[in-house]
Amino acid sequence: MADLLVPGTPGGPPGGPGQAGPGGPPDGAAGFVGVAAASQWRLVARRFVRHRAALAGSVLFAALLLFAFAGPLLWDRSLDAVHPPKVPPGGAHPLGTDRIGRDVLAGIISGTRFSLQIALVVALVATVLGVVLGALAGYLRGWVDSAVSRLVDLLLCIPPLVVTAVLARNSFTLAPSAASGGNWLTVALILALFTAWFPIARTIRGMVLSLREKEFVEAARALGASTPRIVFRHILPNTVDVIIVNATVTVAQAVLLESALSFIGLGVRRPSASLGLLINENRNEIATLPWLFWFPFLFIVLISLSVNFVGDGLRDALDPRQKRVRA
Amino acid sequence: MLRFAARRLLIAVPLLIAASFLSFALTTAMGDPLAEWKLQRPRADTEIAAQYQRIGYDRPIMERYLDWAGGFVTGDWKTTVVPGNGTVEVRPEIGRALGVTLRLVLVAEILALLIGMAVGVLGAVRQYSVFDYGATGAAFVMFSMPLFCVAVILKYGGIELNNWLESIGAGRWIVTAGPPPGGFSGGVGELAYQYSGTFLLPVLSLVAIQFALYSRFQRASMLDALGADYVRTARAKGLAPSRVVVRHALRNGLIPVVTVFALNLGTIIGGAVITETVFGWRGMGFLIVDAITNKEPWMVQGWMMVTAVVIIGFNLMADLVYAYLDPRIRYG
Repeated sequence: MADLLVPGTPGGPPGGPGQAGPGGPPDGAAGFVGVAAASQWRLVARRFVRHRAALAGSVLFAALLLFAFAGPLLWDRSLDAVHPPKVPPGGAHPLGTDRIGRDVLAGIISGTRFSLQIALVVALVATVLGVVLGALAGYLRGWVDSAVSRLVDLLLCIPPLVVTAVLARNSFTLAPSAASGGNWLTVALILALFTAWFPIARTIRGMVLSLREKEFVEAARALGASTPRIVFRHILPNTVDVIIVNATVTVAQAVLLESALSFIGLGVRRPSASLGLLINENRNEIATLPWLFWFPFLFIVLISLSVNFVGDGLRDALDPRQKRVRA
Repeated sequence: MLRFAARRLLIAVPLLIAASFLSFALTTAMGDPLAEWKLQRPRADTEIAAQYQRIGYDRPIMERYLDWAGGFVTGDWKTTVVPGNGTVEVRPEIGRALGVTLRLVLVAEILALLIGMAVGVLGAVRQYSVFDYGATGAAFVMFSMPLFCVAVILKYGGIELNNWLESIGAGRWIVTAGPPPGGFSGGVGELAYQYSGTFLLPVLSLVAIQFALYSRFQRASMLDALGADYVRTARAKGLAPSRVVVRHALRNGLIPVVTVFALNLGTIIGGAVITETVFGWRGMGFLIVDAITNKEPWMVQGWMMVTAVVIIGFNLMADLVYAYLDPRIRYG
């Protein structure tokens, strides 16, 4: 129960940023250490920032977001093939140029942006869909539960990579991008609707199945609360920790899945050049122009690693049984 | 147990029928298989109409589905349809590809399971030791690795190794372009050399990703088991620590891992897409990428059905294994 003690107790890293939560209870008389009336979220935040890997992960992820979305302002090289080709990293092109003269740094900034956009859209859509369907299945049971569960069983029968590839095959022939800014949104929606929401829906369904039998739900029902109100105001707030952790895992998986899909040539198309597509375009040059592989690879790993660290930290921080924080 | 198995089998039938609808819908959503052929050069309307009639695309969707489904259950899975790619029978092609992929996947999964189990058990027995932190860190990094990058890195590592082997006078051991078309031949030593060189890299790339998953599951379930009352009892009555770990904790700690293994075997067929693409194995993964790129409806359809059967089969096996290993699980 060390986490219930106010700042100043031994054990935490001295001077750590989490030690004095903003707006936390002021230290009273010298030596007084009592049970703080800190909110649940303040406890979570404190545990999170004490988790060094999680903190590093979130700083890294923020840096990647900044790099992807503010990068073009600082590095305004053209994305097109207007530079000398096959320049090794350094000098005027810090990360070199590719075989037809595209600046790699500019390409990676835009690739990171597309990869992140796809991952965030997938996480958002899949989380909303998974939570709503999972909660309804768990709360209403009966035919709604059967329908959702069988749908998940069915969609699990076909590998997600293949479902996505089949659907993406048509979407880019139908709409060869250009005007719409590429097909990244299509790919993101396909990933979200056909793969990413099942694990979330299954987990939430299981939790809701047990939560719906609890006394507070019975009380809400006795007070005449409507079904949506019970589900969304009373039951789902109890699953918020699981939802958040699952959403971060989804972000990491979406980055990997999308890059794999683009790598086999059935994912995004230019101008939606994601990191996976950058690797795919230069896959035959890996031995001769190695930087064309290693830099996009590095950024894919950085994104998924940072998100996984954040997810891991959140999992520990949100777990009320957690007593010690892993170093 | 028998009744339970029979019931699960019966549930699998409507699931398979639904899967055939879904895969047909997906195949249809892929679009007109002749779209690109028509764009190659201007063609006479009669020629186009004749081609559509040949592949049956002049008929309504429902009729096409029934036609395919009738053929599927009687063993006629149709052929490839796009003119210019040659006509390939779907069923023998998928059978051949499935054989290639299963060899690769089974070897890789079993290796990954064994390594993952060993790492997970050691990590749990020595919780918070240097080994545990190292294994946790390694698993974490492997989780964040794109499989195709691991495969590509291994491939170029293999080529470098070959160059080095050649420079010291040995042969090019590592094969990065799939199993030899003529099969393996020669004496035992020769065979071992060929097999190891061919399987090493694709198997390694699958193992690298999968072992992380198994080691995490094994560590978690082992920690649960080690904290259980019966383990404390076993220790209290003075059993040797190794006996407690192996006979008491491990036996129960295996249950979730074996279940995950069976579930995973089904899905890994889709996961082999990347490995096969990189290493040029002409298995299921290679086949589906090829079929989707060429918009071959019956090939894609047959592939999805076979995969669905494999996945449903392994899920069924996971259920049965779980029910067998854990006698507390009783299904009505």
